[in-house]
Amino acid sequence: MPVPRHEYEMYDEERIGELLRAMPQAPEAWVLTAARLPATRRAIEQIAALAETDATFRSQTLEDLEGALARAGVEASPALVEHLRDRL
Amino acid sequence: MEFHQRMTALSTTTDAGLVARCREGDDDAWEELVRRFSRYVLAIAQQAYRLSPSDAEDVFQEVFARTYERLGDLRNDEAVRPWIAQLTRRLCIDRIRAGARESADPEALEAGVDDSLDQLDEALSVQEAMLAMPDNCRDILDRFFRRDESYAVIGTALGLPSGTIASRISRCLGKLREQLEGRERARPTS
Repeated sequence: MPVPRHEYEMYDEERIGELLRAMPQAPEAWVLTAARLPATRRAIEQIAALAETDATFRSQTLEDLEGALARAGVEASPALVEHLRDRL
Repeated sequence: MEFHQRMTALSTTTDAGLVARCREGDDDAWEELVRRFSRYVLAIAQQAYRLSPSDAEDVFQEVFARTYERLGDLRNDEAVRPWIAQLTRRLCIDRIRAGARESADPEALEAGVDDSLDQLDEALSVQEAMLAMPDNCRDILDRFFRRDESYAVIGTALGLPSGTIASRISRCLGKLREQLEGRERARPTS
């Protein structure tokens, strides 16, 4: 009969150290970009909503998507520019 | 509640609790979810699939973008960890196929990945056990094992004689081991 996992597999300090080293920290800039996603998406939705009611704003935004994102306080990335273009 | 206190409280919230809060539109909970799984996602991309830093960054951002968009589709909030792992695996494979290795054999792409993921799942469990540790232990273990700081650097940063660092690390590792073994015993056997 197999021995239940917890009865034979205890963690020694060397193994814990190895597991702690196994997952290095992600670059903080990557984490912050992902963490700000809700605020970024809200800003894009606000731009899209305004563009729906204001044709001039929409065409200006389409001409300068990066600028529109910057004015909304969002640091533009290719993926975000594409996302905004899709929303417009 | 102050921001720091709030984030500290969130850091001990279960995965399912965090998902529920994210779904309610809690931005702090979302940040905690990103921080909790950021190492895991990166490790799958870079260690299991050996993506370049640039591809790993793209996959990293795409994983969290899709997680944010599809959190409502998750049937079991407790299963967010395997769900994120699966999403990351799929996006890594897509990235490899879209690149120079487009014609790569799917079986070859997955070779050895399961073993890597088992190791990373175990590492994530250690990370979760770390969350239950006192701040001073978490800090010293993080500095020594993850940031690779020397006893002297740790001693200077924490205002401790460097001769006491080794014994503190050992004591904290002992506490972490107790945490892990407690969690292991509490886990239902299948």
